[in-house]
Amino acid sequence: MDDKTLIAKRVALEMKDGSLVNLGIGLPTMVATYLDPSIEVFFQSENGIIGMMKVPEPGLIDPSLTDAGGGFIGAIHGAASIDSAMSFGLIRGGHLDVTVLGGLEVDELGRLANWMVPGKMVPGMGGAMDLVSGAARVIVAMTHTAKGKPKVLRRCTLPLTSTRRVDLIVTEMAVIEPTQAGLVLKEVAPGVTVEQVVAATDATLIIPECVRVMPVEEPEAAAVGA
Amino acid sequence: MKSKHKALVQAVELIPDGSSLMIGGFMAVGTPHQVIGELLRQGKKDLTVIANDSGMPGKGVGALITAKAIKHLIASHIGTNPETQRQMIAGECEVTLVPQGTLVERIRAGGFGLGGVLTATGVGTVIAQGKQTIELQGKQYLIELPLRADFALLAAHRCDYRGNLEYSMTARNFNAVMAMAANTVIVEPEHIVPTGVIPPDAVVTPFCCVDYIVERTN
Repeated sequence: MDDKTLIAKRVALEMKDGSLVNLGIGLPTMVATYLDPSIEVFFQSENGIIGMMKVPEPGLIDPSLTDAGGGFIGAIHGAASIDSAMSFGLIRGGHLDVTVLGGLEVDELGRLANWMVPGKMVPGMGGAMDLVSGAARVIVAMTHTAKGKPKVLRRCTLPLTSTRRVDLIVTEMAVIEPTQAGLVLKEVAPGVTVEQVVAATDATLIIPECVRVMPVEEPEAAAVGA
Repeated sequence: MKSKHKALVQAVELIPDGSSLMIGGFMAVGTPHQVIGELLRQGKKDLTVIANDSGMPGKGVGALITAKAIKHLIASHIGTNPETQRQMIAGECEVTLVPQGTLVERIRAGGFGLGGVLTATGVGTVIAQGKQTIELQGKQYLIELPLRADFALLAAHRCDYRGNLEYSMTARNFNAVMAMAANTVIVEPEHIVPTGVIPPDAVVTPFCCVDYIVERTN
């Protein structure tokens, strides 16, 4: 299983039946593929729809129905189309249960930086600042390092997306929960040791007595040292 | 009542160089493509454009970027148009990046007669620089000011003879909000229908907001 698939599968386990979810572009979008089929999760696209789904089959494209990346989508039975003010009212107003976003850096205070690299990449924040400030739960789905350099840091070096503490960081190596006390290592990926996670992290991790193995491949053998 | 119908050429002739324009659409979906094409044909320049994004190179607002018709772009996202980023870095086009939810609320405030918006989005980030922060009931907010424009250029699904508008799926996006926030509103609907075809409950933008209706010819 490649890193991104592993991350998407683990994030998918965080989804609860009946929740309204916004998935960022890229890796976070993959989460929809790995949902437990016994639950129903509703996806918002911030350009103006609740209840987006894949185009049901080739040839059924509606040019007026796209996701926030401009790609064609479908809509579930019972979907609702809304304008941008309503869309962000849902986001800021606490009506959105979960957002899953990619990350460039997260720091010990649980603050995310994911919208620009000064002098190199200035795509604009789009909806990211509103999503991180407003969603009930913020999950960062990102690779643990970039070109060997840790992305979980003592302090972010890049401009912050929000000062709000995110709720969970899921990487191909670990699941980390930012808390008031600091970053708590909750899980390691199958075949990854706590020491390897610590070595690939440039922030202090709080390591509890029991660190689970991510229950992604062998759910029946999930707990280690419990 | 005088008809709001106007030929594309004459409607765009109303727009002087240097105007501020709100342009509906999200990644070129729900964008008035014919009006943009006519702005280019008439060689409009020094425009201030308020839009969600700058589309793709040559497409949507991106067509105005490629033609260097924009002096100042106020948008939330330019990542899908490398030419916008190039012009911004080269100093050829001023770009003001605004969080998407803040952008739409600033437009809404402009159109709804409000003095501004208080939002937690952007507090403690570079977006807060130069802005007033206010603490209310223990929470920090940025004071964001309203946005208005000389013209709003909109797309809609159906428009009746009076100018009532109905939108389709995600093509509504910024259009309905921008319809409130400009001195002159020009709409390019996919279909023009007799008054009454759009039932009152389905009207999203009421006719009083629309000044000119441009027929879509392709």
